[in-house]
Amino acid sequence: MSHVVVAGVGMHPWGKWGRNFVEYGVAAARAAIADAGIGWRDVQFVSGADTMRNGYPGYVSGATFAQALGWTGARVASSYAACASGATAMEVARAEILAGRCEVAMVVGADTTPKGFLAPNAGDRPDDPDWLRFRLLGATNPTYFGLYARRRMALYGATERDFALVRSKNAKHGLNNPNARYRKDFSVEDVLGSAMVADPLRLLEICATSDGGAAVILTSAEWAKRRGITKPVQVRAISTVTPSFPQTVIEMPNFSTDSGVAVPDAVTPFKSAIAAAAYQESGIGPEDLSLAEVYDLSSALELDWYEDIALCKAGEAEKLLHDGDTTIGGRIPVNPSGGLACFGEAVPAQALAQVCEVVWQLRGQATGRQVEGATSGITANQGLFGHGSSVLLST
Amino acid sequence: MSETLGANLTQVPAIDGWFTTGDKPALIGNKCTTCGTVFFPKAANYCRNPDCDGAEFTDAELSRHGRVWSFTDAQYQPPPPYITRTDPYQPFALAAVELEAEQMVILGQIADGFGVADLAVGQQVELVVEPLFSDDEHEYLVYRWRPVTNGGQVGKSEVESA
Repeated sequence: MSHVVVAGVGMHPWGKWGRNFVEYGVAAARAAIADAGIGWRDVQFVSGADTMRNGYPGYVSGATFAQALGWTGARVASSYAACASGATAMEVARAEILAGRCEVAMVVGADTTPKGFLAPNAGDRPDDPDWLRFRLLGATNPTYFGLYARRRMALYGATERDFALVRSKNAKHGLNNPNARYRKDFSVEDVLGSAMVADPLRLLEICATSDGGAAVILTSAEWAKRRGITKPVQVRAISTVTPSFPQTVIEMPNFSTDSGVAVPDAVTPFKSAIAAAAYQESGIGPEDLSLAEVYDLSSALELDWYEDIALCKAGEAEKLLHDGDTTIGGRIPVNPSGGLACFGEAVPAQALAQVCEVVWQLRGQATGRQVEGATSGITANQGLFGHGSSVLLST
Repeated sequence: MSETLGANLTQVPAIDGWFTTGDKPALIGNKCTTCGTVFFPKAANYCRNPDCDGAEFTDAELSRHGRVWSFTDAQYQPPPPYITRTDPYQPFALAAVELEAEQMVILGQIADGFGVADLAVGQQVELVVEPLFSDDEHEYLVYRWRPVTNGGQVGKSEVESA
């Protein structure tokens, strides 16, 4: 079977400048095009990951970026899947290549974010759960992160120190990452000394919102070979699964879970199903992985992901962390980029940034944070309302 | 329900049709008449069970008691459309609560006067209705979870903070 490879990746560094998101996307796109050694006119398909907070151009991001780079008549798509938008846009591009409809596609996402909590868009929308949860409950995103963290403490005896250690580990990972927004070493004590936001999570443990942009050039393996791109990183799987009914873990932005009265619980919970689909498609298992980039919206959530992507059994994540397995130099480094802790979240760019990091790791180009001898890596992430997102890449 | 307070504010639900008021308030969900699945907030005219194409629902008052699945709090003022009742802002707690009969978890604020120090996973809570915010004419009510021990309250009573 033909397959799809990554010919180029590029990012605009993460930060907080408040400039137009298109600027970040164009910078990332040009970096990815240069990285691939191709020209903009080689791109036959543009797949944009949308932003909801930057007006109409954000809802039609594919066309917005294509216009900014200069109309070439390339075909276009724009995707929104909340935090999973980047992976969804990547899957659209991959499908175009696998279907033989194009050979070179560019995936790009960028965002400009306001300060503070991510809040719903303006205007009264009493039928929108994302609006209602703020109005009726004051339930912010960190509310849900706090619930998961407290649950982990009750089920597995996790402690606030364990969560702080995750943040400290990621701070060290991100210290030398030129694209990271926060490059500061934080000790466990530093983390525990920061202000409580959503008990038991503190300011340093909850990811900020950031500006940033990321882009990926996908091509068919045959096209890469013809162009002399040697040993490109291969896209082995992209998972975009939804939950299975009844979903019995409360998820943002919902008021409730599904009821399990009529139908027994899903065999595989949603977050586990996301990675399981990627493992199944690729034939690569968690034991084969060299690294993982997971969505650490909070420090505690990273521990949940260890179990969700099957790096260990339920309740064993704290041991994995304390044994140093998930630190660079350990058995299976997690978030060698520094993760969202060091980046902050630029929603439509974030899933693509995870892919960029894995690609640099697999090429041996992750200077200052390299996982030695990396041959495969997974990304995992989840978009609001039920968009799964996982990309599995290998050398 | 609408009742006039001393301050000439009429109490009204902050959202219509989500809960009953009075001494023993309850959440109002609905139940698919075909497969029996319960929904809160109410399902529209379609059942979300993938193996059911039910389109008829009957309203169902949900259990007034449940157990804390997990809990947290909001130390910083949430952004709009949240409306705060106090200046300066007073932090509040929230809990996701498991209802045994309905086999579902429902998120709500914790009743006034209680914080995370009063909460534990597995603890029993009871549904109450309390003021969420007010304007010149109305006091808007919302459902909340109040911790109970041995059928009685712990911590401060709702009266003190009302």
